[in-house]
Amino acid sequence: MSETLTEIEPRTNGAAAPAAPAERKGLTKKEVAADHPTWCPGCGDFSVLALYFKLIEKRKMWHENITTIAGIGCSSRFPYFVQAHGAHYIHGRALPFASGISLSRPDLHVFVFGGDGDAFSIGGNHFNHTARKNIKMTYVVMDNWVYGLTKKQTSPTSPLGFKSKTDQWGAVDYPINPMKQAIAAGATFVARTTHSNPNHVLQMMEAAMDHEGFGFIECLSECVEFYEGAFDASNPRKGGAFNEVPKDHDATDELAAFKLAGAEFPGYFGIFYKAAKATKNAKEAEIIRGARERLQGLQDWQILQKSFDRMK
Amino acid sequence: MSDMIAPVAPSSKGAPKISNIKEAVIRIAGNSQDGIQAIGGFLARLAGRSEQEVMTFMTIPSTISGGPSIFQVRIGSGEVLSAGDEADVLLAFYQHSYEGHIASVKKQGLILYDSDHVQPRPEWEKDFHHVGVPISSLTVEAIGGTAKDKGKNIYALGLIAKMFDLNAPKLEKLIAERFTGKDESIVKNALAAFHAGYSHSLGNVLETFKFVDSSHKGRQQVVMNGNEALGYGLIAAGVRFGAGYPITPWSDIMELLRRELPKYGGTFVQCEDEIAAISMAMGASYAGRVAVTGSSGPGISLKTESLGWGVMAEMPLVIVDVQRGGPSTGMPTNVEQSDLNIACFGGHGDSPRVVVAPANVEDCFYMAIEAVNIARKFSVPVIILTDQGIATRIEALSEPNLKAICQDISPDLTPVADHKPYDLSAPDSATRHAPPGTRIASGKYPIVTGLEHDEAGHPTGSPKLHTQMTAKRRKKLQALAATLSTPKIYGPPEGNILLVGWGSTEGPIREAVDRARAGGDSVSSLHIRHISPLPNGLENIFSGFNHVLVVEMNDEGLYGFGQLGQLLRARYCDPKIQGINKTDGLTWKVREILERVRTNVSSGLSKL
Repeated sequence: MSETLTEIEPRTNGAAAPAAPAERKGLTKKEVAADHPTWCPGCGDFSVLALYFKLIEKRKMWHENITTIAGIGCSSRFPYFVQAHGAHYIHGRALPFASGISLSRPDLHVFVFGGDGDAFSIGGNHFNHTARKNIKMTYVVMDNWVYGLTKKQTSPTSPLGFKSKTDQWGAVDYPINPMKQAIAAGATFVARTTHSNPNHVLQMMEAAMDHEGFGFIECLSECVEFYEGAFDASNPRKGGAFNEVPKDHDATDELAAFKLAGAEFPGYFGIFYKAAKATKNAKEAEIIRGARERLQGLQDWQILQKSFDRMK
Repeated sequence: MSDMIAPVAPSSKGAPKISNIKEAVIRIAGNSQDGIQAIGGFLARLAGRSEQEVMTFMTIPSTISGGPSIFQVRIGSGEVLSAGDEADVLLAFYQHSYEGHIASVKKQGLILYDSDHVQPRPEWEKDFHHVGVPISSLTVEAIGGTAKDKGKNIYALGLIAKMFDLNAPKLEKLIAERFTGKDESIVKNALAAFHAGYSHSLGNVLETFKFVDSSHKGRQQVVMNGNEALGYGLIAAGVRFGAGYPITPWSDIMELLRRELPKYGGTFVQCEDEIAAISMAMGASYAGRVAVTGSSGPGISLKTESLGWGVMAEMPLVIVDVQRGGPSTGMPTNVEQSDLNIACFGGHGDSPRVVVAPANVEDCFYMAIEAVNIARKFSVPVIILTDQGIATRIEALSEPNLKAICQDISPDLTPVADHKPYDLSAPDSATRHAPPGTRIASGKYPIVTGLEHDEAGHPTGSPKLHTQMTAKRRKKLQALAATLSTPKIYGPPEGNILLVGWGSTEGPIREAVDRARAGGDSVSSLHIRHISPLPNGLENIFSGFNHVLVVEMNDEGLYGFGQLGQLLRARYCDPKIQGINKTDGLTWKVREILERVRTNVSSGLSKL
């Protein structure tokens, strides 16, 4: 039987079975680091990458447990820098690509990294639908409020008045609020963090990874080249304030979360919203179990034969 | 064309005479909500169970509900290659059905009409034999007043069954099976309508018919349309994941896979758009098992960027394109073969991919399996080009040996010592994809990517590598071409005219060859199932003929050649390759092909 969603029975062609997990140590940073990042010195994305390594180390994930997926953009170069199975897909479509993996390989944890253009502009529709379908994966958007790879055009999160090469007089379009967008779309885990607070980034990544469903993190990640100082107001080292989500915030309260998301920059950091809802992965597995109940013991060709017998 | 309806003297009386026939073409015309497809479906299925050959043709309006619709069934005891140019019998439910379709009935053919709705035209009564039956009111009489328009299709089926001495118990069984699971009164009403039609006195019909024994006696057959054959073929091939977006006429395949895949532990996802659909299928393929997406018309245009990624990243994937009339929204429920160019060349950059085109319903099943296996072996996207005509037409085919055919293509996660996803030294330039989950002892893990890359998948701007990798992506398809067998010629291997076709037109082209040869003309045909890459050896076939006419349902283009015609001219630089094209959104009639061949001849283009 060749189940997909409910379980994976890898074929190993009689080759030596992998060492029993107990014998294996967690990976070191050296073992998960690949190419040296091509980002500009000082880019916030370095911090996110370092914390992803740390997450892999800390949670004892192995190369064959994870896959790292990205679309197009500076931050989307991510998979090249990680020594693990990964894919660098096309602009804006990383989420549906990752969904295909998630929905066919329950044995893998799918991590998706990308930028604000990928998530909220060209891939905006996919963001909404992946969120509402609650497909299990962890999605980190490194939001820098600017198009960096193409050298300083307005992004969907650029604030009003931001002077770019496509808005020489300052941005005129109202920006997207990623937190509000995610909550409204039905995301079941919505958190916000910033590259300048590494411990907090790691904490959010862990929580998102442990969430059974679509875990979304907006991580402010400064573009030192084209939007220097954008997030200073959120960085205590630069005279700003890092405000954690208030202790009394009820993360299961959608309206409270939406209200929190509306706070003026620098706003709040932490888990805004979290809901326990069945994932699409679980629902599809349930459909499969239901369909297979009546077909116990039959091989695939025999199931197909039943369909053909009805067409005689 | 059959000669089943002998000329009849309109006034003679007495018991109808029974004539033996080899085949019949029945055209049923009504509105789309009348269930005329159901009558056609029953007749086709009965033919399958009676070891006869069958082919159907239907038109449906692209309106949401209602509108004129036809279903034509050709049943034969011998080979049936097309749905038939002219009908022997027209069953007309309305005045517009009668007036709109009488031209498609052969002279002295039979017009069976619902006299509640149709007023026969006196000027046509001498050329066609008219039989009026108050089908609507007799149906109401048989099953009660509430039935209204429902059930009259089954009543008409009873009339046809009587007229052609069809196996009534088998039909009753089919009717009962079709309505099983619904309210018991529905089955009861359907059978009551059928019996009422079957026992209606055929009045002034002077002749009834009996099919002679099939030449396929003992052949176990299944009956399905092209979309079903393709969907089940994918399942037999081991595909367990698909993603799509609804669009006519592709939707049937996605509905079938959504319903069927869970039985095999798989799933099909309805996505937010066409791009998400191909991306999700691509992700599932990346995860280790060839997945499927598909579409029609504009949906294919939307998928081309992702398709290009599949070529660049060397990812196996099957993409089904059920062609319809284009461009843009075009003619959603009509047939056309105008996606060959986008299938072969659509997208930016040099992006060679594989394109195959099944020739008939049976071929849809086997081609789906071949497509999956080519995708796997060469790590490349494969496009299956079918069309609205083949998607909706029903044929009876020999039952496949499913036990022998079904394959398991579960992800292969065998640990490897080392892996280069784009190894330039791979035999035939074909590299294997190692899906996530594969442990790699060297500790070097692959990245699959749309950026130009080195052998490990890491980005490169190296002019040398771009040249080498571009060649790699081409060379593996040249290696594939070398494995494709040269298609067989239908008819003698040398002669005057060679008709070349692809896709759903195989049947009518072969019938045209048969008819032309019966008339003493030197005509053969060649059907190409592998469009890109083309199989080797075609030039040797072409050299045996004076004229090579490429028959296609697409425009002759700016330079005078259809889409395959242009490809063949570019490939073989042979000036004797000419085109026979049409763009009326309908399947080829045999007569049309022959007329166009003769026009070419009389204009001096070809010489018989």
